[in-house]
Amino acid sequence: MAVKKSEAALDPLFNNNPIALQVLGICSALAVTTKMETSVVMCAAVIGVLTVSNLTISILRHQIPNSIRIIVQLTVIASLVIVTDQILKAYVFEISKQLSVFVGLIITNCIIMGRAEAFAMQNPPSLAILDGIGNGIGYSAILMVTAVLRELFGSGKLYGYSILPTVSEGGWYLPNGLMLLSPAAFFIIGGLIWALRVYKPAQVEMDG
Amino acid sequence: MANRQATGYTLLFATAICIVCGILVSSFAVSLEDLQDENIALDKQKRVLEAVGLLQPGEPIDEAQVAERFAPIEPVLIELASGEVVDGETATFDQQRRARDPATSTEAPDNLAKVKRIPDRALLYEVRGDGGELEMVVLPIEGLGLWGTLYGFLALDADTTTVRGITYYQHKETPGLGGEVDNPRWKDRWPGRKAFDDEGKVSLAVIKGFADGPEQDPHRVDGLAGATITSNGVTNMLEFWLGENGFEPYLNRIRAEAN
Repeated sequence: MAVKKSEAALDPLFNNNPIALQVLGICSALAVTTKMETSVVMCAAVIGVLTVSNLTISILRHQIPNSIRIIVQLTVIASLVIVTDQILKAYVFEISKQLSVFVGLIITNCIIMGRAEAFAMQNPPSLAILDGIGNGIGYSAILMVTAVLRELFGSGKLYGYSILPTVSEGGWYLPNGLMLLSPAAFFIIGGLIWALRVYKPAQVEMDG
Repeated sequence: MANRQATGYTLLFATAICIVCGILVSSFAVSLEDLQDENIALDKQKRVLEAVGLLQPGEPIDEAQVAERFAPIEPVLIELASGEVVDGETATFDQQRRARDPATSTEAPDNLAKVKRIPDRALLYEVRGDGGELEMVVLPIEGLGLWGTLYGFLALDADTTTVRGITYYQHKETPGLGGEVDNPRWKDRWPGRKAFDDEGKVSLAVIKGFADGPEQDPHRVDGLAGATITSNGVTNMLEFWLGENGFEPYLNRIRAEAN
């Protein structure tokens, strides 16, 4: 299977976005996107874990016994996630507290396991790294758009700085409380998927 | 290359992966422990500040500012059973470790908060005004919620009855449900409520549904929707730690001194 390097890295952005097309990793996308700050850290964590896990699995792909390959992938991913969690606790404690269980839940983020099994097991390390970065950024792009909309309209701020002065602070903007609740992320991500499929009709699933 | 399907090879590979991953994870955990402990200690100080109302939830604050605002707050080590102040190092005091060690703890009687062992000593905080008069006491509280033990602080007024604030610094409750113990709006429902009734019995409960304001409804607090077990856990730990096995001797001493 020949995959071009540019395709491995760029395809996951629009053509094969893990959230928008494959609808994977939604759980954390709902939970951490009320503020840009937490989203940025979550995105960095996912990109890091995904890239390193893809690299590790790809290097080991000829050694991993077929019968235990899933559990080996899971062991590698789980170890990386624990290390990431430890690093976050040591260097950005406040944010790691807000992310609470969701850093740990990167282990069960289907994107990472999905890329390990579907891509890294069949491709050389250089491609696997690009695929990891590409999918990580594809995930992050959706998360960041969602976070920007939710923080701006939910609390009138961007990255903690006041953009729309809220009524409670003497301004004019009445924050939309719905934006801070999980369903808002569903609406936004749903809207993004719709927009992307209007722009690229090939992504529309046919009734089977 | 070895036969990838052979059982021996599979076992060998699995063992090797486990050892490598185990070493990786534990070396990170050990080398980052000091930094993490510092963060946890600082976070605990912030939660104390929050409980006494010197820090708004979510307010950005650095280490120096924490130390500055902590000036009127004095850590006090007491003997739980007598409520008397004892000498000892407060900076390194670890109540959780003390409660685990049989030499420095006693087995707790059966209790709803599921506290298993009671430490002989406890670290609490006394907040004093400019003239040195006692304004508030901050008591450490802990008890079982749904998924694990919640650790927090309860700030009481110098009258030892009026609640000034409550915060949790460590828990494993479900985000959005039991995790709402961290919600500033819920914590705002606490100040002004009364922890004891007129006869001196502990009487403060998190109820199902909504409670009135502190004046009309001093002994009840709004429940957390969808988190009955966490809500009950909060009630139970207040009952335990304000009771005879907890800080009652200490609070009695404070009351006696005030009169």
